[in-house]
Amino acid sequence: MDYAINEMEQETLNATRELAQKKLKPLRAEMDAKEQFSKEMYEEFRKSGMFGLWLPEKYGGLGGGITCLAMAFEELSRVCAGLALTPGTSALGAIPMFLAATPQQRERWCYDLASGKKLWAFALTEPEAGSDATALKTTAIKDGDYYVVNGTKHFISTGKEADFYTVIVNTNPSRGPRGISMLVVEKGTEGFTFGKKEEKMGIRTNPTYELIFDNVRVPKENLLGSEGRGLLYVQETLDYSRPGVAAQAVGIAQGALDETIPYLRTRKQFGQPIITFQALAHKVAELAAKTEAGRALVYTLTHKMDQEFLPAVKAAMENNTTVHDELKKIKGGRWTKYSAMAKLFCANTAMEVADECVTLCGGVAYMRDFPLEKYMRDAKITQIYEGTVHIQKNEIIAALIKEYAAKGE
Amino acid sequence: MHILACVKQTPKSDNVKIDPATGCLIRSGVESAMNPFDEYALEEAVCLKEQLGGFVSVMTMGPAAAENVLRDSIARGADKAYQLGDMAFAGSDTWATSYALSKGAEKINAEMKIDLIICGKQTNDSDTGHIGPQISAWLGWPNAAFVRRIVEAGEKSITVERLTEDGTEVLELPYPCVISVVKEISNPRVRSVKGRMAAKRAEVTKWTADDIGADKNKLGVKNCPTRVVKSFAPKRDGNAVVVQGANGKEKAAKLVELLKENKYI
Repeated sequence: MDYAINEMEQETLNATRELAQKKLKPLRAEMDAKEQFSKEMYEEFRKSGMFGLWLPEKYGGLGGGITCLAMAFEELSRVCAGLALTPGTSALGAIPMFLAATPQQRERWCYDLASGKKLWAFALTEPEAGSDATALKTTAIKDGDYYVVNGTKHFISTGKEADFYTVIVNTNPSRGPRGISMLVVEKGTEGFTFGKKEEKMGIRTNPTYELIFDNVRVPKENLLGSEGRGLLYVQETLDYSRPGVAAQAVGIAQGALDETIPYLRTRKQFGQPIITFQALAHKVAELAAKTEAGRALVYTLTHKMDQEFLPAVKAAMENNTTVHDELKKIKGGRWTKYSAMAKLFCANTAMEVADECVTLCGGVAYMRDFPLEKYMRDAKITQIYEGTVHIQKNEIIAALIKEYAAKGE
Repeated sequence: MHILACVKQTPKSDNVKIDPATGCLIRSGVESAMNPFDEYALEEAVCLKEQLGGFVSVMTMGPAAAENVLRDSIARGADKAYQLGDMAFAGSDTWATSYALSKGAEKINAEMKIDLIICGKQTNDSDTGHIGPQISAWLGWPNAAFVRRIVEAGEKSITVERLTEDGTEVLELPYPCVISVVKEISNPRVRSVKGRMAAKRAEVTKWTADDIGADKNKLGVKNCPTRVVKSFAPKRDGNAVVVQGANGKEKAAKLVELLKENKYI
C-alpha cells in the first residue's frame, strides 16, 4: 500500500521507482561483486535530485521532510540496499549538522549538500565505542581558533568518498560524556587520512573505512551546536534517522518478495507451481503481512515527525535560528521509543523475510546469479547499524519505564 | 546561456506498422513519448545549463496532445515550453516543419536571445535527420550535425566533435548556432521529484502560424516540396550477390560493372 498523503510524496515514489528500475537494477550485481563505490550512480542520484529531498527549497532541496527521505530510501533499497546508501548516508551525516547548525553554517553547507555536489558521512563508531557511544576516545582540544583532533573512527559508511564528516569527539575529556561535541571535518584537511577498507558481508558497494585523525586542525566555525552537547544531538539525529533504516529494511523485505513470488508461481515440482503448496503459500502470506505492518509503522511515524520537523525547519529559516531550537519550542518530547520500535520491527522483518525467501526458492536462491542471497546479506546490516536491535530494545524499555514511573504506576 | 531544445512527440515503439493504403505510419492506438534522440539533446542542454548557468527553452510543433512532450521536458529540467499548433501546419514535410520551427525560434529569440539550438539527430518515426540542419539554413546560423561531444562551450563560441562517415571532426561554431546530436552525447536522467511537480504546473506558451508570423504558403501538406510516394517495410528476398575477385581492385571493377548492368549507375 502507498502511504503517500501528498503529491510530493507520491512523486517521490514515482521518481525513485523509475530510478531504481532504470539505473540501479542494471548496476547492482556488478557493483556488489566488485565491492566498489559507483560514481556513475552517484551522478544519477545527483541529477535526479535524491540528495535534497528532505532539505528546504531555499537550498535547492525539495522540502519533503523525513517521509520523502524514508520513501526514497525504501524504494531504492528495494532494488539495491548498497547503492541506496549513497544518498542514505549523506542524509545521515548531514542530519546532525542540519539540526544543530547556525543559519551561517547552513548557508555554508546546505546548497552543496542538497545538490549532491558534496557528500556527507557520519562518524561516531570507534574500535572501543559502539553501542556505548559515551566511551569514545577521539579528542578535540581547543587551540586558539582551532580544535586539534586526535583519534580513530572505524566502520564509517561512504568513507573516503564523502567530502564532509560529522565527527563525534570529546572536547573536554575530564567531563566524560558531558564533554562530547560534534565537529565537521572536511576531507583533505591535513592529518586526516583513511585507514583500512573493510570487507563486508553485505552492502558491499558502499565503502566502509577507518578514519584516522592525527593532530587535525579544524576551525572552530566547524563546531556544531555548543560544546558538550554532542550526545544530545546524536540522540536527536538517531530519532530521525532510524525510521530511515526501518524504511530501508522494508524495502529489502519487499524486494526479496518481489523476486520470490514470481519464481514460486513459475517453478513447478510434482506437476504444479510450488506456490500452490499451502506450506509455502502461507509462509509467503505471513512474510507479506509483516512487511506491510512494518511499512505502516514507518510512515505513520514519519508523517507524525514531519508535522513537527517541517514547521520547525520553516521557523528556523524565518527566525534565523537552529532547527534544534525550533523543535524544542514545538515539542519537548522525543521520538526515541517509536523510532526504536520501527527499526527493531522492520530490521527483524527484513532478516526473516530475506532468509525465508532464500529457503522458499531453494537452491537457485543460494546461487549468486539469483539476487536473493544478496538481499539476505544486505538485510543483516539493518539489524546492526544505527544501534543494534538489542540497543533498540534498551531504548524502548527505558522509555516505557519512564512513562509508567511518571504515572506513578 | 539560453539554449533552445527542439523536441517531438513520436510513437513510443520503433516497431510501428505502416498503413499499406496511405503509406503513412499508423499512429492511433500507439503510446507516444519523446523521440529518443531528443532525450539526449535535452539532457545535454540541461547539463550545459547546470555547468554554465543559463536557461533552457523547449519547443515542439504538433497537435494538442504534443503538450505532453513539453511537460515531460520540464520534468527533465527545461525551464520554459513553447508549442506551435495550427491546422495550417498539418502534413508538413521537413522543409515546412523546419520553416515553422525557425519562425518559432525567431520569436523566442526576440523574447530572449538564443545562443544555441539543440536537436536530436533524427526522429524515430521519420528518420530523415533534416530538421536540425534545415532550421540552421532558414535562420542563417552555423550548423553541426551528428555531434557526439561538446569539447568546450565558451563565451562566444562552442567547440564540438561530430561523427562523420569515416571518423570525427572538431568544429568551432560562433553563437548563435544549431547542433543536432547523437546518443553518445549524454545519459538522460530520470525525472526528479521537483521536475515532475513543476511539469504539472508549467504553463505552455501556445503559438499559431499567425503568432509566429509564418507565411502560410510555406506550410502544410499542400505547400510541401516533397511527397511521400510509398512507405513500406522492406522484404527480405535473399538475393544478395557476393562479388568475387583476386583483389580489391578487381572486385571494385566487377562491382562497377554489375551496377552499370543493372542501371544503378
